[in-house]
Amino acid sequence: MPAKKSPRPAARELLFGDLWEYDPAPETAKAFIDERYGLFINGRFVAPKTKKYFDSISPRNEEKLSEIALAGTADVDAAYQAAATAFNSWSKLPGTERAKYLFRIARLLQDRAREFAVAETLDGGKPIKESRDFDVPMAAAHFFYHAGWADKLGYVTPGRTLDPLGVIGQIIPWNFPLLMLAWKIAPALATGNTVVLKPAETTSITALKFASILQDAGLPPGVVNFVTGAGETGSAVVNHPLAAKIAFTGSTAVGKAIQRALAGTGKRLTLELGGKAANIVFEDAPIDQAVEGIINGIFFNQGHVCCAGSRLLVQESIADQVLSKLKIRLRTLRTGDPLDKNTDIGAINSKAQLDRIRTLVESGVAEGAEMYQPACSLPKKGYYFPPTLFSNVSQSHRVAREEIFGPVLSILTFRTPEEAIEKANNTHYGLSAGVWTDKGSRILKMSTELKAGVVWANTFNKFDPTSPFGGYKESGFGREGGKQGLLDYAQLK
Amino acid sequence: MATQDHRTLRGFINDVGPVDQVGIDERVAKYATRSIKKNAKVFGLRLATTMVDLTTLEGKDTPGKVASLCQKALHPHDDRDIPPTAAVCVYPAMVKHAAKHVKGTSVKIASVATAFPSGQAPLKTRLAEVRAAVADGADEIDMVINRGAFLAGELALVQDEIAAVLEACGDSTLKVILETSELETYDNIRAASFLAMQVLRPGDFIKTSTGKTNLNATLGNNQVMLEAIRDHYFATGIEIAMKPAGGIRTAKQALHFLIAVKETLGDAWLNNGRYRFGASALLNDLVRQLVKEKTGHYQAPYTFSESSSAY
Repeated sequence: MPAKKSPRPAARELLFGDLWEYDPAPETAKAFIDERYGLFINGRFVAPKTKKYFDSISPRNEEKLSEIALAGTADVDAAYQAAATAFNSWSKLPGTERAKYLFRIARLLQDRAREFAVAETLDGGKPIKESRDFDVPMAAAHFFYHAGWADKLGYVTPGRTLDPLGVIGQIIPWNFPLLMLAWKIAPALATGNTVVLKPAETTSITALKFASILQDAGLPPGVVNFVTGAGETGSAVVNHPLAAKIAFTGSTAVGKAIQRALAGTGKRLTLELGGKAANIVFEDAPIDQAVEGIINGIFFNQGHVCCAGSRLLVQESIADQVLSKLKIRLRTLRTGDPLDKNTDIGAINSKAQLDRIRTLVESGVAEGAEMYQPACSLPKKGYYFPPTLFSNVSQSHRVAREEIFGPVLSILTFRTPEEAIEKANNTHYGLSAGVWTDKGSRILKMSTELKAGVVWANTFNKFDPTSPFGGYKESGFGREGGKQGLLDYAQLK
Repeated sequence: MATQDHRTLRGFINDVGPVDQVGIDERVAKYATRSIKKNAKVFGLRLATTMVDLTTLEGKDTPGKVASLCQKALHPHDDRDIPPTAAVCVYPAMVKHAAKHVKGTSVKIASVATAFPSGQAPLKTRLAEVRAAVADGADEIDMVINRGAFLAGELALVQDEIAAVLEACGDSTLKVILETSELETYDNIRAASFLAMQVLRPGDFIKTSTGKTNLNATLGNNQVMLEAIRDHYFATGIEIAMKPAGGIRTAKQALHFLIAVKETLGDAWLNNGRYRFGASALLNDLVRQLVKEKTGHYQAPYTFSESSSAY
């Protein structure tokens, strides 16, 4: 071995070059996206009474994928009427019968998993490995889980009955289109409600494809209806008099507007809104795994995650070490075409979101935070943003306070556990938090002190249908998933 | 040479930092989802071939068996495009027989000394074995650490023994086998890696296993050791090499290990001076896949033996 020389005095650098470049590995399965989609009302696709359609653009390359119907007030009304009619029989079906439909939906979704994963990636820009390994399997898991509950509702609160509420108006965001649909529809149907759901205007396609699964499953017409469109359609869904409850996932600003609109109407409301989660790393943490968790916490789905670990709080004594390891790790992340199986960070969901991320990143630079972005070549067409770190960030920086909803991490430091808790809780939000330490007792203490709906210990961004998800403060109220999630879709009797 | 004094194992683990098992396993699962196609695949397969320490470690090894193993190492296939392996790896008694065939070629002779695989012999005996293997022409010595001493907390003894073996190696490269399955935890594997690296020279190896226990190289313990090598490099500038051994039987597995190297240590470790596979059956699967990439077809199953005893 000729390598036995004295240690090189030169700078110690790792070389992540092109010695062994991965060839493109595009997912080739077909997405089967129609040229034009109507509204899914009363079990079939109908043209919108507005006669208007809008384009759905792929953020991957800015190409038009499909035309989506724009639902107006009359269309939303038709959807509610259908849902109200369907409620009469659906709510009286025995739980075992409702379960059969939910199981069937789950299995059909699994059968068509690859097709749905490709459609989700084309429509939303997320890496195919995430839609394939996370979004679609997790969506199916939610249907399976709630199918199991449908005939066991009597055991949720023993001695009491869970009555369905009626027609539920649901509005979901663009970050996990199919998964959020599953989070909303599965518990609503399991508890005997019917649904009018509005997907986000940039990501309607998987919901509309999902309508064909409902048809194949033989779900009675009107039990689930999809109305597509933007804010005005959403407002019609919220304000319709037949809505017994509104379930909304999205931005805090819209959530507040909905809450104002519903005041005094008697409609129930659950909100799952924004977040600015603290990911807290103590000096005794397993550093490399913490780095991996930080990366997963902020760059998963391009940071378009309401519970993203966007504020890193790292103990001062290890701050330099963690930052240098983060920078090394960033250099091996692959940003680019989301359809490529080796892509780690895909496309930003829309032009508007890309602009918002740019604005906030500029504010970070202007306010004096130190920015790091690895050298990476981004595709020429499409909406892309490189993974970004801000160090030397303080609590008063905009990038530490506002939800960026992009691949941008703000790094702050702390000295003691008390200070970590203080800083972590010093936010309008309270959706999630992460704690990294080798000391079990500290995990327990931190998790009781942190004002967040979910606290992850030595991991991040872990989800399961059995685990209730929801927030504190301006991150919203109500829970989705688990036994607790069912209670938000039922009247306790 | 030894720098280790009277520290406890727990104290040493605190010094080098703990490892979270769930986190490591999650990290390495991502390597297996990388999709390596076309040219990248051929490059990876060829690279892996040049990294194989083609191994026979059996009681029934004979000069004849070693001769055919050497031939296979030099020419893995009738397609002379396919490169030779890095080394042959044999018991000390077989070193002089291997020397007849590969001395003067690019293929090195590695030998497992130090009372392989248990290491349970007096130090004097182990050192004598190392010297004998080197005298017979071994370019590389694969030693086992004293796991008994490690688990009993006698870290200084473990490190002193490694230093003594290193001295006995002279100019030959040393590979230090941690026997990860007997250390069991990732914390222990990381600590043992540092214990060895603190006395090794640049270009010496740390190695996962003997191949003689029920659990050998895994992506998990490979990752723990690669990260230890990286941290040691940043702290000291010393570049330590890595050898996973045992249990890597398919080309696909080998590519997953190489992806881990590429994404953890980078291009400078993607050569057989810095990374090796201790394997035997792996070579034929690499050749099978290379021929398939070249011709577009898989050859009949009997073209490539599943068992390395047919090499």
